[in-house]
Amino acid sequence: MRAALSRIVMIFVGCVLLASGAAQAVTPQEILPDKALEARARDISAGLRCLVCQNQSIDDSDAPLAHDLRVLVRERLTAGDSDTQVREFVVARYGDFVLLKPPFSAATLLLWLMPLLALAGAALILWNSFGQPTRTSSAAPSSGSLSADEQAALDALLRKDEPGKS
Amino acid sequence: MIIEFGHFALILALLVAAAQTIIPAWGAAKRDPRLMAFGEPAAVSQVVLILIAFLALMYAYVVSDFSVANVAANSHSSKPLIYRISGVWGNHEGSMLLWVLILAIFGAAVALFGNNLPAALRANVLSVQSSIALAFLLFILITSNPFERLDPAPLDGRGLNPILQDPALAFHPPFLYMGYVGFSLAFSFAVAALIEGRTDAAWARWVRPWTLLAWMCLTIGIAMGSWWAYYELGWGGWWFWDPVENASFMPWLAGTALLHSALVMEKREALKVWTILLAILTFSLSLMGTFLVRSGVLSSVHAFAVDPGRGVFVLSIMLLFTGGGLALFAYRARDLAQGGIFSPISREGALVLNNVLLTTGCVTVLVGTLYPLALESLTGAKISVGAPYFNMTFVPLMFPLLLAVPLGPLLAWKRADLAAAMQRLIAAGVLALLVMVIAFAVTERGPWLAPFGFAIGVWVMAGALSETAFRIKLGQAPLSESWRRLTNLPRASVGTTLAHFGVGLMVCGIVGTSAYKSEEILLMRPGETKAIAGYELVFRGAAPSKGPNYTEIVGVFDVTRNGNPVTRLEPAKRIYDAPPQPTSEAGIYASWGGDLYAVLGDQQGDGGFAVRLYFHPLVRFIWIGALIMFFGGAISLSDRRLRVGAPQKRSTRAPIGVPAE
Repeated sequence: MRAALSRIVMIFVGCVLLASGAAQAVTPQEILPDKALEARARDISAGLRCLVCQNQSIDDSDAPLAHDLRVLVRERLTAGDSDTQVREFVVARYGDFVLLKPPFSAATLLLWLMPLLALAGAALILWNSFGQPTRTSSAAPSSGSLSADEQAALDALLRKDEPGKS
Repeated sequence: MIIEFGHFALILALLVAAAQTIIPAWGAAKRDPRLMAFGEPAAVSQVVLILIAFLALMYAYVVSDFSVANVAANSHSSKPLIYRISGVWGNHEGSMLLWVLILAIFGAAVALFGNNLPAALRANVLSVQSSIALAFLLFILITSNPFERLDPAPLDGRGLNPILQDPALAFHPPFLYMGYVGFSLAFSFAVAALIEGRTDAAWARWVRPWTLLAWMCLTIGIAMGSWWAYYELGWGGWWFWDPVENASFMPWLAGTALLHSALVMEKREALKVWTILLAILTFSLSLMGTFLVRSGVLSSVHAFAVDPGRGVFVLSIMLLFTGGGLALFAYRARDLAQGGIFSPISREGALVLNNVLLTTGCVTVLVGTLYPLALESLTGAKISVGAPYFNMTFVPLMFPLLLAVPLGPLLAWKRADLAAAMQRLIAAGVLALLVMVIAFAVTERGPWLAPFGFAIGVWVMAGALSETAFRIKLGQAPLSESWRRLTNLPRASVGTTLAHFGVGLMVCGIVGTSAYKSEEILLMRPGETKAIAGYELVFRGAAPSKGPNYTEIVGVFDVTRNGNPVTRLEPAKRIYDAPPQPTSEAGIYASWGGDLYAVLGDQQGDGGFAVRLYFHPLVRFIWIGALIMFFGGAISLSDRRLRVGAPQKRSTRAPIGVPAE
């Protein structure tokens, strides 16, 4: 219960900081002299979530926690960690929540498979529209339940609207 | 007094909406023309009443009447007039009032311009449309009343969040809402069609212009929001895959699919069932967007649980209309006659592919947005789904779609000759390949995919123009003949070309700025120079300054290129008076090649400032592309064949010789 409460407070504080607009994100002091190492740090940072913010990476956020994490990432890289090791280090501390790209696991199975399922589903539904005469298609189109008057009115309307066609 | 008058008008609007929900539909069921005719005056009086309420609230904002709780909480006497006006919808209560106002305007449009609709269809549409208004008016009056008074009234208001005090953001919500809410008409028409158990080409003909209008507004609304984020949030990001953005992007994707499937339904009587389903889903996604943004469920599941009143209410509205619509669909869809046989290689086939990919894209965004919420409420596990997920799933889905865009309009209805269509695109293909080779040769860095991205963008743009060139027989006939054909092209066809061209331009902008952005983060002392992307920036120093309702520190950068002066950038750090809150104003120099973008950071101990300099190549193409899409829609909308509701006007210049679509 207390954990939940402190989390709410944390999120609240994060939102206040977020709303303060002036984004500073990476500051000149944080940047590593080694360009290649810094580029890796930026790359990793873009995939790590600022935990107290709404959907911001630590690379974009000016919250103090994001600053701490950016420094931490750079420390690990300087110490010789690989990118994966840095990410694992951060995840070990903060959990999967910190990853903006969730890992593939039982809990995220549906998340990662859904695009494929949706593609198959939409294709299946719409595939049925190809070339299959449906039971009413032999009758004149749209005459299903129109009365003669309505059909005449509709025809007149369509004719009037499309001078190019007639 | 005016406030109470507005409140009273809103309550009257609720009563009118209740009557309008029941009486016309009842009349349609009984085939009683007098009851059906009730819908028109009711829809008109509903919009007048809501407009009175809206203007009353606006009056309170303009004269800064802080005895109104809503004004006191969101406005301030020192605020410029334009932001006092936009402040009306810059808060929850006022924005919901704007929501129902636009809803009622769309309803009244059916009443006023729908003379040639079958009476029963119109009555049912007006009833369904009014039932949505009824639900939201209840929501406003019960949970979000903007007319509540304060006693005693405070001396001044608390002010509008300064990052919202911005011209683009002032008009972002009205456009966004016209998009969201505009899809309500497609929904009402779909439900009315299901109630009657039949649809026809006239139905699609009526739905399409309104969907197009909503789509245009949503396009421009999203573009405005993205543009705002670009220059205001301080590092030049223009899209974040934030849930709030996704909430508006999903109806846009579904709406785009709906526009295309309604085309098939109108021209060929095919895809009826699918189009109806899509109409229901598009508006449901709009409702969901409203729920996500308005309930606070996004900031945290906990915040939602702590104060669930409003959230549960909007959730119930959403479930009621989505569930009701889908239930009716499941019950009645079989009765809808399907017509129009076509082979996979045909215009219809291309539009089906469009729909498959757009719908899948929409589902992907939906899943990515809701999955963390669902997982947390079901298992308690917290995960984040951010930009990397969408870049891996959504973006690849768009590649085949974009590749197919130029082909669609070149294919004939029913059964088409793919080889012939491809032949007409040879020039576009060659141009795209050329651009790709040049991009590979010129660029030294950036991902290897980027030149392919440019090629796709150019392919879409050149493909769109090729289609027009083919239609006007450019190069095949004398120029005068081509010109005559061009002026006689149906406007809908010109609109399609423009909109597709805009998409291609946007793709180029997205690829350019995503792949080739330059960035320098450094400490600069006055007099120091930094070079970026061929420009040299000299930092002249920073000085304090005072605005109407803020104080700021303005940095001055003189920009030169090869020694020639280009411009002066003046990025600023502002602190607003009420509420006292800092914002960052970027200094931006725009050119066709890209934007030079400077941000002033904090002052450091030794007189230097933390400075962030960026170059965003081609970034303007993103919004110019959106603007072109908007105008493409507008030109299409002005096609008289689409204006079923407009008074019939005899064309003096019948487009002879141009094949009707």
